[in-house]
Amino acid sequence: MELVLAGNQIQLNDQGYLTDFSQWTKEVGEAIAQQEGIALTDAHWKVIHYLQDQHKQDIPLSIRKIGKSNVVSIKEFYDLFPTGPLKISSKIAGIPKPASCI
Amino acid sequence: MKRLLILGAGTAGTMMANHLRPKLSVTDWEIVMVDQEETHYYQPGFLFLPFDIYTPEQVKKPIKSPLPRVVTLIQATIDKVVPESNEVWLQNGDHLHYDILIIATGTQIAPDEVEGMMGEGWQKDVFDFYTYEGSLALRDKLRTWNGGKLVVHISEMPIKCPVAPLEFAFLADSFFHHKGMRDHVEITFVTPLEGAFTKPKATEALNYLLEEKGVHIVGDFNIEHVDNEKRVIVDYAGKEVPYDLLVTVPPNMGSDMVERSGIGDEMNFIPTNKATLQSKVKENIFALGDATNLPASKAGSVAHFEAEILTENIMLFIEGQPLKESFDGHANCFIETGHNKALLIDFNYTQEPVEGVFPLPGVGPLSLLKESRVNHLGKMAFRWVYWHMLLKGRPIPFVSANMKEAGKILETIE
Repeated sequence: MELVLAGNQIQLNDQGYLTDFSQWTKEVGEAIAQQEGIALTDAHWKVIHYLQDQHKQDIPLSIRKIGKSNVVSIKEFYDLFPTGPLKISSKIAGIPKPASCI
Repeated sequence: MKRLLILGAGTAGTMMANHLRPKLSVTDWEIVMVDQEETHYYQPGFLFLPFDIYTPEQVKKPIKSPLPRVVTLIQATIDKVVPESNEVWLQNGDHLHYDILIIATGTQIAPDEVEGMMGEGWQKDVFDFYTYEGSLALRDKLRTWNGGKLVVHISEMPIKCPVAPLEFAFLADSFFHHKGMRDHVEITFVTPLEGAFTKPKATEALNYLLEEKGVHIVGDFNIEHVDNEKRVIVDYAGKEVPYDLLVTVPPNMGSDMVERSGIGDEMNFIPTNKATLQSKVKENIFALGDATNLPASKAGSVAHFEAEILTENIMLFIEGQPLKESFDGHANCFIETGHNKALLIDFNYTQEPVEGVFPLPGVGPLSLLKESRVNHLGKMAFRWVYWHMLLKGRPIPFVSANMKEAGKILETIE
Protein backbone atom coordinates (compact mmCIF):
# COMPACT_ATOMS: atom_id res chain seq x y z
CA MET A 1 0.00 0.00 0.00
CA GLU A 2 1.12 3.56 -0.53
CA LEU A 3 -0.11 7.08 -0.09
CA VAL A 4 0.71 9.60 -2.79
CA LEU A 5 1.02 13.10 -1.43
CA ALA A 6 2.18 16.09 -3.50
CA GLY A 7 3.91 13.66 -5.85
CA ASN A 8 5.70 11.79 -3.04
CA GLN A 9 5.05 8.10 -2.54
CA ILE A 10 4.67 7.23 1.13
CA GLN A 11 5.02 3.49 1.89
CA LEU A 12 2.32 2.06 4.16
CA ASN A 13 1.80 -1.49 5.43
CA ASP A 14 -1.47 -3.32 4.71
CA GLN A 15 -3.07 -1.71 7.76
CA GLY A 16 -2.14 1.80 6.72
CA TYR A 17 0.83 2.38 9.04
CA LEU A 18 3.99 4.02 7.73
CA THR A 19 6.77 1.49 7.20
CA ASP A 20 9.44 4.20 7.34
CA PHE A 21 9.06 6.94 9.95
CA SER A 22 11.49 9.19 8.05
CA GLN A 23 8.84 9.60 5.33
CA TRP A 24 6.48 11.28 7.80
CA THR A 25 5.61 14.93 7.38
CA LYS A 26 2.88 17.09 8.90
CA GLU A 27 0.95 16.72 5.63
CA VAL A 28 1.19 12.92 5.81
CA GLY A 29 -0.21 13.06 9.35
CA GLU A 30 -3.05 15.28 8.19
CA ALA A 31 -3.89 12.99 5.26
CA ILE A 32 -4.06 9.90 7.51
CA ALA A 33 -6.12 11.81 10.09
CA GLN A 34 -8.56 12.79 7.39
CA GLN A 35 -8.98 9.12 6.39
CA GLU A 36 -9.70 8.35 10.04
CA GLY A 37 -12.27 11.15 10.14
CA ILE A 38 -10.30 13.28 12.58
CA ALA A 39 -9.71 17.03 12.21
CA LEU A 40 -6.41 17.73 13.94
CA THR A 41 -6.30 20.47 16.58
CA ASP A 42 -3.43 21.73 18.75
CA ALA A 43 -4.42 19.16 21.39
CA HIS A 44 -4.03 16.34 18.84
CA TRP A 45 -0.64 17.65 17.73
CA LYS A 46 0.61 17.80 21.30
CA VAL A 47 -0.12 14.07 21.69
CA ILE A 48 1.32 13.21 18.27
CA HIS A 49 4.58 15.00 19.00
CA TYR A 50 4.84 13.27 22.37
CA LEU A 51 4.35 9.85 20.74
CA GLN A 52 6.98 10.61 18.10
CA ASP A 53 9.43 11.78 20.73
CA GLN A 54 8.97 8.55 22.69
CA HIS A 55 9.26 6.48 19.51
CA LYS A 56 12.58 8.14 18.60
CA GLN A 57 13.91 7.09 22.00
CA ASP A 58 12.70 3.47 21.48
CA ILE A 59 10.34 3.74 24.43
CA PRO A 60 7.33 1.39 24.32
CA LEU A 61 3.99 3.19 24.64
CA SER A 62 0.90 2.32 26.61
CA ILE A 63 -2.37 4.03 27.48
CA ARG A 64 -1.57 4.39 31.18
CA LYS A 65 1.93 5.66 30.54
CA ILE A 66 0.50 8.34 28.28
CA GLY A 67 -2.18 9.11 30.90
CA LYS A 68 0.55 9.70 33.48
CA SER A 69 2.68 11.81 31.14
CA ASN A 70 0.94 15.15 31.82
CA VAL A 71 0.42 15.48 28.07
CA VAL A 72 -3.15 14.22 28.04
CA SER A 73 -5.47 12.34 30.42
CA ILE A 74 -6.78 8.95 29.29
CA LYS A 75 -10.32 10.39 28.99
CA GLU A 76 -9.07 13.26 26.82
CA PHE A 77 -7.00 10.79 24.76
CA TYR A 78 -10.21 8.87 24.00
CA ASP A 79 -12.02 12.11 23.16
CA LEU A 80 -9.28 13.10 20.72
CA PHE A 81 -8.91 9.70 19.04
CA PRO A 82 -12.17 7.83 19.67
CA THR A 83 -12.44 4.02 20.05
CA GLY A 84 -8.78 3.01 19.71
CA PRO A 85 -6.72 6.04 20.74
CA LEU A 86 -3.24 4.50 20.78
CA LYS A 87 -3.77 2.67 17.48
CA ILE A 88 -5.18 5.67 15.65
CA SER A 89 -2.77 8.25 17.08
CA SER A 90 0.20 5.98 16.27
CA LYS A 91 -1.01 5.69 12.68
CA ILE A 92 -1.28 9.47 12.32
CA ALA A 93 2.11 9.95 14.02
CA GLY A 94 3.73 7.61 11.50
CA ILE A 95 4.96 5.17 14.15
CA PRO A 96 4.26 1.40 14.31
CA LYS A 97 1.02 -0.07 15.63
CA PRO A 98 1.30 -1.15 19.29
CA ALA A 99 2.14 -4.85 19.21
CA SER A 100 3.08 -7.81 21.35
CA CYS A 101 5.89 -10.27 20.69
CA ILE A 102 3.71 -12.71 18.68
CA MET B 1 37.85 -2.56 48.63
CA LYS B 2 35.37 -1.53 45.96
CA ARG B 3 31.71 -2.43 46.10
CA LEU B 4 29.39 -3.69 43.38
CA LEU B 5 25.83 -3.41 44.63
CA ILE B 6 22.98 -5.39 43.06
CA LEU B 7 19.42 -4.38 43.88
CA GLY B 8 17.15 -7.41 43.62
CA ALA B 9 18.08 -11.09 44.04
CA GLY B 10 15.53 -12.43 41.58
CA THR B 11 16.28 -14.02 38.22
CA ALA B 12 18.34 -11.13 36.79
CA GLY B 13 20.17 -10.10 39.96
CA THR B 14 21.10 -13.69 40.84
CA MET B 15 22.47 -14.34 37.36
CA MET B 16 24.61 -11.17 37.54
CA ALA B 17 26.05 -12.21 40.91
CA ASN B 18 26.89 -15.67 39.57
CA HIS B 19 28.46 -14.26 36.40
CA LEU B 20 30.51 -11.55 38.11
CA ARG B 21 31.76 -13.26 41.26
CA PRO B 22 34.32 -15.48 39.49
CA LYS B 23 35.43 -12.54 37.31
CA LEU B 24 36.01 -9.99 40.08
CA SER B 25 38.94 -10.45 42.46
CA VAL B 26 37.67 -11.10 46.00
CA THR B 27 40.39 -8.90 47.45
CA ASP B 28 39.40 -5.89 45.29
CA TRP B 29 35.65 -6.21 44.92
CA GLU B 30 32.87 -7.13 47.28
CA ILE B 31 29.46 -7.97 45.86
CA VAL B 32 26.51 -6.88 47.98
CA MET B 33 22.90 -7.67 47.13
CA VAL B 34 19.72 -6.24 48.62
CA ASP B 35 16.34 -7.96 48.49
CA GLN B 36 13.43 -7.89 50.90
CA GLU B 37 12.17 -11.38 50.02
CA GLU B 38 13.18 -14.65 51.67
CA THR B 39 12.09 -16.86 48.78
CA HIS B 40 13.22 -17.15 45.16
CA TYR B 41 10.21 -18.14 43.05
CA TYR B 42 10.38 -19.95 39.72
CA GLN B 43 7.94 -17.52 38.19
CA PRO B 44 7.14 -19.48 35.01
CA GLY B 45 5.62 -22.01 37.42
CA PHE B 46 2.89 -19.54 38.43
CA LEU B 47 1.20 -20.43 35.14
CA PHE B 48 0.99 -24.10 36.16
CA LEU B 49 0.06 -23.79 39.85
CA PRO B 50 -3.60 -22.87 39.19
CA PHE B 51 -4.11 -26.09 37.18
CA ASP B 52 -2.41 -28.35 39.76
CA ILE B 53 0.33 -29.16 37.24
CA TYR B 54 3.01 -27.97 39.67
CA THR B 55 2.99 -28.11 43.45
CA PRO B 56 3.96 -25.03 45.50
CA GLU B 57 7.19 -26.78 46.56
CA GLN B 58 8.29 -27.05 42.93
CA VAL B 59 8.34 -23.30 42.36
CA LYS B 60 10.29 -21.98 45.36
CA LYS B 61 13.64 -22.16 47.07
CA PRO B 62 15.30 -20.04 49.77
CA ILE B 63 16.51 -16.83 48.14
CA LYS B 64 20.11 -17.54 49.15
CA SER B 65 20.31 -21.02 47.63
CA PRO B 66 21.16 -20.03 44.02
CA LEU B 67 23.59 -17.26 45.09
CA PRO B 68 27.38 -17.61 45.03
CA ARG B 69 29.04 -18.10 48.44
CA VAL B 70 31.13 -14.96 48.49
CA VAL B 71 28.39 -12.34 48.29
CA THR B 72 26.65 -10.46 51.07
CA LEU B 73 22.87 -10.54 50.89
CA ILE B 74 21.11 -7.86 52.90
CA GLN B 75 17.47 -8.69 53.51
CA ALA B 76 15.91 -5.25 53.72
CA THR B 77 13.52 -2.93 51.92
CA ILE B 78 15.18 -0.36 49.67
CA ASP B 79 14.17 3.21 50.31
CA LYS B 80 15.88 4.85 47.37
CA VAL B 81 18.90 5.24 45.14
CA VAL B 82 20.82 8.49 45.55
CA PRO B 83 22.93 8.73 42.36
CA GLU B 84 24.60 12.03 43.37
CA SER B 85 26.41 10.42 46.31
CA ASN B 86 26.59 6.86 44.85
CA GLU B 87 24.46 5.55 47.68
CA VAL B 88 21.44 3.34 48.24
CA TRP B 89 19.39 4.12 51.31
CA LEU B 90 17.53 1.33 53.04
CA GLN B 91 14.30 1.73 54.98
CA ASN B 92 16.09 0.58 58.15
CA GLY B 93 18.15 3.78 57.95
CA ASP B 94 21.38 2.24 56.59
CA HIS B 95 23.19 3.97 53.74
CA LEU B 96 25.14 1.71 51.36
CA HIS B 97 27.88 3.22 49.24
CA TYR B 98 28.59 1.67 45.85
CA ASP B 99 31.13 2.01 43.05
CA ILE B 100 28.90 0.22 40.54
CA LEU B 101 25.15 -0.28 40.89
CA ILE B 102 23.06 -2.87 39.05
CA ILE B 103 19.30 -2.41 39.26
CA ALA B 104 17.41 -5.69 38.91
CA THR B 105 14.28 -4.91 40.89
CA GLY B 106 11.94 -6.32 38.25
CA THR B 107 8.31 -5.48 37.73
CA GLN B 108 5.28 -6.02 39.90
CA ILE B 109 1.53 -6.03 39.42
CA ALA B 110 -0.33 -2.84 40.28
CA PRO B 111 -4.00 -3.87 40.55
CA ASP B 112 -4.77 -0.64 42.42
CA GLU B 113 -4.15 1.21 39.14
CA VAL B 114 -7.56 -0.06 37.94
CA GLU B 115 -10.59 1.12 39.85
CA GLY B 116 -12.45 -1.77 41.47
CA MET B 117 -9.89 -4.42 40.58
CA MET B 118 -9.06 -4.99 44.24
CA GLY B 119 -12.70 -4.59 45.22
CA GLU B 120 -14.87 -7.07 47.11
CA GLY B 121 -14.44 -9.67 44.36
CA TRP B 122 -10.62 -9.76 44.67
CA GLN B 123 -9.55 -13.39 45.12
CA LYS B 124 -13.23 -14.44 45.16
CA ASP B 125 -14.04 -14.09 41.48
CA VAL B 126 -11.24 -11.72 40.40
CA PHE B 127 -7.75 -13.26 40.40
CA ASP B 128 -4.23 -12.62 39.23
CA PHE B 129 -1.70 -15.38 38.57
CA TYR B 130 1.43 -13.21 38.51
CA THR B 131 2.04 -13.63 42.25
CA TYR B 132 2.55 -16.80 44.27
CA GLU B 133 -0.40 -15.95 46.51
CA GLY B 134 -2.66 -15.06 43.57
CA SER B 135 -1.76 -18.20 41.69
CA LEU B 136 -2.51 -20.43 44.71
CA ALA B 137 -5.79 -18.66 45.43
CA LEU B 138 -6.79 -19.24 41.81
CA ARG B 139 -5.85 -22.93 42.10
CA ASP B 140 -8.23 -23.28 45.05
CA LYS B 141 -10.98 -21.51 43.10
CA LEU B 142 -10.53 -23.68 40.00
CA ARG B 143 -10.68 -26.88 42.04
CA THR B 144 -14.32 -26.19 42.91
CA TRP B 145 -15.55 -23.82 40.19
CA ASN B 146 -18.69 -25.04 38.42
CA GLY B 147 -18.15 -23.17 35.18
CA GLY B 148 -19.55 -20.10 33.49
CA LYS B 149 -17.87 -17.17 31.79
CA LEU B 150 -14.09 -17.27 32.23
CA VAL B 151 -12.48 -14.01 31.15
CA VAL B 152 -8.69 -13.97 30.76
CA HIS B 153 -7.65 -10.35 30.62
CA ILE B 154 -4.60 -8.13 30.02
CA SER B 155 -4.96 -4.62 31.47
CA GLU B 156 -2.08 -2.91 29.79
CA MET B 157 1.15 -3.59 27.91
CA PRO B 158 4.00 -4.04 28.65
CA ILE B 159 3.61 -7.00 31.01
CA LYS B 160 5.98 -9.64 32.26
CA CYS B 161 5.88 -12.66 29.95
CA PRO B 162 3.49 -11.24 27.34
CA VAL B 163 2.36 -14.70 26.17
CA ALA B 164 1.42 -16.02 29.63
CA PRO B 165 -2.22 -14.83 29.51
CA LEU B 166 -2.79 -16.62 26.21
CA GLU B 167 -1.09 -19.74 27.59
CA PHE B 168 -3.45 -19.49 30.55
CA ALA B 169 -6.44 -19.49 28.20
CA PHE B 170 -5.10 -22.53 26.31
CA LEU B 171 -4.29 -24.45 29.51
CA ALA B 172 -7.75 -23.60 30.85
CA ASP B 173 -9.30 -25.15 27.74
CA SER B 174 -7.24 -28.30 28.32
CA PHE B 175 -7.98 -28.32 32.08
CA PHE B 176 -11.76 -28.04 31.74
CA HIS B 177 -11.74 -30.53 28.89
CA HIS B 178 -10.04 -33.12 31.10
CA LYS B 179 -12.43 -32.37 33.94
CA GLY B 180 -15.29 -33.16 31.55
CA MET B 181 -16.80 -29.69 31.94
CA ARG B 182 -15.49 -27.80 28.89
CA ASP B 183 -19.10 -27.37 27.66
CA HIS B 184 -19.89 -25.41 30.81
CA VAL B 185 -17.09 -22.89 30.37
CA GLU B 186 -16.99 -20.00 27.93
CA ILE B 187 -13.43 -18.68 27.53
CA THR B 188 -12.94 -15.06 26.43
CA PHE B 189 -9.54 -13.43 25.99
CA VAL B 190 -9.61 -9.64 26.43
CA THR B 191 -6.63 -7.55 25.31
CA PRO B 192 -5.75 -3.86 24.80
CA LEU B 193 -4.06 -4.89 21.55
CA GLU B 194 -5.87 -5.60 18.33
CA GLY B 195 -6.08 -9.33 18.96
CA ALA B 196 -4.34 -12.32 20.53
CA PHE B 197 -1.69 -12.18 17.82
CA THR B 198 -0.22 -8.95 16.45
CA LYS B 199 2.72 -10.08 14.33
CA PRO B 200 2.07 -11.21 10.72
CA LYS B 201 3.92 -14.57 10.86
CA ALA B 202 2.50 -15.56 14.25
CA THR B 203 -1.01 -14.56 13.21
CA GLU B 204 -0.76 -16.66 10.07
CA ALA B 205 0.72 -19.68 11.87
CA LEU B 206 -1.29 -19.62 15.09
CA ASN B 207 -4.73 -18.15 14.50
CA TYR B 208 -6.15 -21.69 14.15
CA LEU B 209 -5.43 -22.27 17.84
CA LEU B 210 -8.12 -19.81 18.92
CA GLU B 211 -10.81 -21.59 16.93
CA GLU B 212 -9.56 -25.07 17.84
CA LYS B 213 -9.66 -24.23 21.54
CA GLY B 214 -12.83 -22.18 21.43
CA VAL B 215 -11.25 -19.00 22.76
CA HIS B 216 -13.24 -15.85 21.95
CA ILE B 217 -11.27 -12.65 21.47
CA VAL B 218 -12.18 -9.11 22.51
CA GLY B 219 -9.51 -6.70 21.26
CA ASP B 220 -8.82 -2.97 21.65
CA PHE B 221 -10.12 -3.11 25.22
CA ASN B 222 -8.46 -0.66 27.61
CA ILE B 223 -9.89 -1.37 31.04
CA GLU B 224 -11.23 1.58 33.01
CA HIS B 225 -12.82 -0.24 35.94
CA VAL B 226 -14.09 -3.53 37.32
CA ASP B 227 -17.74 -3.50 38.37
CA ASN B 228 -17.74 -6.10 41.17
CA GLU B 229 -21.50 -6.01 41.61
CA LYS B 230 -22.55 -6.45 37.97
CA ARG B 231 -19.46 -8.62 37.36
CA VAL B 232 -18.38 -6.80 34.21
CA ILE B 233 -15.16 -5.13 33.17
CA VAL B 234 -15.64 -1.76 31.49
CA ASP B 235 -13.24 0.01 29.13
CA TYR B 236 -12.67 3.73 28.53
CA ALA B 237 -14.97 3.64 25.50
CA GLY B 238 -17.78 2.21 27.65
CA LYS B 239 -17.50 -1.34 26.24
CA GLU B 240 -18.44 -4.06 28.76
CA VAL B 241 -17.39 -7.71 29.06
CA PRO B 242 -19.28 -9.86 31.59
CA TYR B 243 -17.48 -12.47 33.70
CA ASP B 244 -18.18 -15.13 36.29
CA LEU B 245 -14.47 -15.66 36.83
CA LEU B 246 -12.02 -12.91 35.90
CA VAL B 247 -8.35 -13.88 35.58
CA THR B 248 -6.62 -10.59 35.02
CA VAL B 249 -3.10 -9.40 34.47
CA PRO B 250 -3.10 -6.03 36.25
CA PRO B 251 -0.93 -3.19 34.92
CA ASN B 252 2.75 -3.96 35.47
CA MET B 253 4.97 -1.33 37.04
CA GLY B 254 8.57 -1.13 38.17
CA SER B 255 9.48 -1.13 41.84
CA ASP B 256 8.15 1.60 44.16
CA MET B 257 11.74 2.34 45.12
CA VAL B 258 12.31 3.59 41.55
CA GLU B 259 9.56 6.15 42.06
CA ARG B 260 10.97 7.18 45.45
CA SER B 261 14.38 7.61 43.81
CA GLY B 262 12.97 9.75 41.00
CA ILE B 263 15.01 7.83 38.42
CA GLY B 264 12.28 6.04 36.45
CA ASP B 265 9.68 6.76 33.79
CA GLU B 266 5.91 7.13 34.33
CA MET B 267 5.59 3.36 34.96
CA ASN B 268 8.69 3.25 37.22
CA PHE B 269 10.88 1.53 34.64
CA ILE B 270 14.54 2.57 34.41
CA PRO B 271 15.56 4.44 31.23
CA THR B 272 18.29 2.19 29.87
CA ASN B 273 20.46 2.06 26.75
CA LYS B 274 18.94 -0.78 24.73
CA ALA B 275 22.28 -2.05 23.36
CA THR B 276 24.71 -1.56 26.30
CA LEU B 277 22.33 -1.89 29.32
CA GLN B 278 23.91 1.16 30.94
CA SER B 279 21.20 3.25 32.57
CA LYS B 280 20.54 6.78 31.40
CA VAL B 281 20.52 7.84 35.06
CA LYS B 282 24.30 7.85 35.60
CA GLU B 283 27.27 6.09 34.01
CA ASN B 284 27.97 3.78 36.98
CA ILE B 285 24.34 2.58 37.16
CA PHE B 286 23.28 -0.38 35.01
CA ALA B 287 19.93 -2.12 34.70
CA LEU B 288 18.64 -5.40 33.33
CA GLY B 289 15.66 -7.70 33.35
CA ASP B 290 12.09 -6.52 33.85
CA ALA B 291 13.22 -3.31 35.60
CA THR B 292 14.31 -1.56 32.38
CA ASN B 293 12.28 0.40 29.85
CA LEU B 294 13.79 -1.51 26.91
CA PRO B 295 11.52 -2.31 23.95
CA ALA B 296 12.23 -6.03 24.58
CA SER B 297 9.94 -8.62 26.22
CA LYS B 298 9.93 -8.75 29.98
CA ALA B 299 10.99 -12.39 30.29
CA GLY B 300 13.55 -14.56 32.04
CA SER B 301 15.21 -15.48 28.75
CA VAL B 302 15.76 -11.81 27.97
CA ALA B 303 17.34 -11.31 31.41
CA HIS B 304 19.52 -14.36 30.73
CA PHE B 305 20.84 -12.99 27.42
CA GLU B 306 21.20 -9.50 28.91
CA ALA B 307 23.19 -10.90 31.84
CA GLU B 308 25.85 -12.32 29.51
CA ILE B 309 26.22 -9.00 27.72
CA LEU B 310 26.03 -6.85 30.85
CA THR B 311 28.76 -8.94 32.50
CA GLU B 312 31.05 -8.17 29.60
CA ASN B 313 30.15 -4.47 29.75
CA ILE B 314 30.68 -4.20 33.52
CA MET B 315 34.17 -5.67 33.05
CA LEU B 316 34.85 -3.17 30.23
CA PHE B 317 33.52 -0.34 32.42
CA ILE B 318 35.89 -1.32 35.25
CA GLU B 319 38.80 -1.32 32.81
CA GLY B 320 37.77 2.08 31.49
CA GLN B 321 37.04 0.68 28.01
CA PRO B 322 34.09 1.65 25.80
CA LEU B 323 31.00 -0.52 26.29
CA LYS B 324 29.87 -2.96 23.61
CA GLU B 325 26.56 -2.12 21.97
CA SER B 326 25.69 -5.76 21.55
CA PHE B 327 22.30 -6.53 23.10
CA ASP B 328 19.86 -7.23 20.25
CA GLY B 329 16.65 -7.76 22.26
CA HIS B 330 16.93 -11.56 21.97
CA ALA B 331 14.09 -13.52 23.61
CA ASN B 332 13.33 -17.23 23.53
CA CYS B 333 10.06 -18.42 25.02
CA PHE B 334 8.03 -21.59 25.21
CA ILE B 335 4.28 -21.13 24.81
CA GLU B 336 2.14 -23.84 26.33
CA THR B 337 -0.89 -24.63 24.17
CA GLY B 338 -2.48 -27.31 26.37
CA HIS B 339 -2.97 -31.06 25.81
CA ASN B 340 0.79 -31.58 26.43
CA LYS B 341 1.92 -29.50 23.51
CA ALA B 342 3.84 -26.25 23.27
CA LEU B 343 5.28 -23.77 20.82
CA LEU B 344 8.68 -22.13 20.90
CA ILE B 345 9.42 -18.61 19.72
CA ASP B 346 12.83 -16.97 19.18
CA PHE B 347 13.05 -13.31 18.22
CA ASN B 348 14.77 -9.97 18.87
CA TYR B 349 14.26 -6.20 18.51
CA THR B 350 13.93 -6.38 14.73
CA GLN B 351 13.16 -10.00 13.79
CA GLU B 352 9.62 -11.21 14.55
CA PRO B 353 9.10 -14.89 15.49
CA VAL B 354 9.14 -17.15 12.43
CA GLU B 355 8.96 -20.89 11.72
CA GLY B 356 12.04 -23.10 11.72
CA VAL B 357 13.95 -25.36 14.10
CA PHE B 358 15.96 -24.66 17.26
CA PRO B 359 18.67 -24.63 18.51
CA LEU B 360 20.52 -26.64 15.83
CA PRO B 361 19.85 -25.49 12.25
CA GLY B 362 18.28 -28.30 10.23
CA VAL B 363 18.10 -30.57 13.29
CA GLY B 364 16.11 -29.00 16.08
CA PRO B 365 14.91 -30.90 18.05
CA LEU B 366 12.61 -28.03 18.98
CA SER B 367 10.34 -26.50 16.35
CA LEU B 368 9.70 -22.78 16.12
CA LEU B 369 6.21 -21.30 15.91
CA LYS B 370 4.72 -24.78 15.60
CA GLU B 371 2.99 -26.93 18.22
CA SER B 372 4.81 -30.09 19.29
CA ARG B 373 5.08 -32.50 22.20
CA VAL B 374 8.87 -32.14 22.20
CA ASN B 375 8.46 -28.40 22.83
CA HIS B 376 6.24 -29.22 25.82
CA LEU B 377 8.89 -31.59 27.17
CA GLY B 378 11.38 -28.77 26.70
CA LYS B 379 9.21 -26.45 28.77
CA MET B 380 8.86 -29.06 31.52
CA ALA B 381 12.62 -29.71 31.55
CA PHE B 382 13.22 -26.00 31.74
CA ARG B 383 12.45 -25.84 35.47
CA TRP B 384 15.56 -27.94 36.15
CA VAL B 385 17.57 -25.89 33.67
CA TYR B 386 16.42 -22.70 35.44
CA TRP B 387 17.59 -23.72 38.91
CA HIS B 388 20.77 -25.51 37.88
CA MET B 389 22.07 -23.69 34.81
CA LEU B 390 20.29 -20.41 34.07
CA LEU B 391 20.50 -18.85 37.54
CA LYS B 392 24.04 -20.13 37.98
CA GLY B 393 25.08 -18.30 34.84
CA ARG B 394 26.10 -21.52 33.10
CA PRO B 395 25.79 -21.36 29.32
CA ILE B 396 22.87 -23.25 27.79
CA PRO B 397 24.35 -25.48 25.04
CA PHE B 398 23.95 -24.05 21.52
CA VAL B 399 21.96 -21.02 22.73
CA SER B 400 23.82 -17.72 22.28
CA ALA B 401 23.09 -14.29 23.72
CA ASN B 402 22.51 -12.84 20.26
CA MET B 403 19.74 -14.28 18.11
CA LYS B 404 20.81 -16.66 15.31
CA GLU B 405 19.15 -16.57 11.93
CA ALA B 406 20.27 -20.06 10.86
CA GLY B 407 17.51 -22.67 11.05
CA LYS B 408 14.78 -20.08 10.48
CA ILE B 409 12.51 -19.52 7.53
CA LEU B 410 13.14 -15.85 6.87
CA GLU B 411 11.61 -15.11 3.49
CA THR B 412 10.82 -11.45 3.10
CA ILE B 413 7.21 -10.40 2.96
CA GLU B 414 6.43 -8.69 -0.33
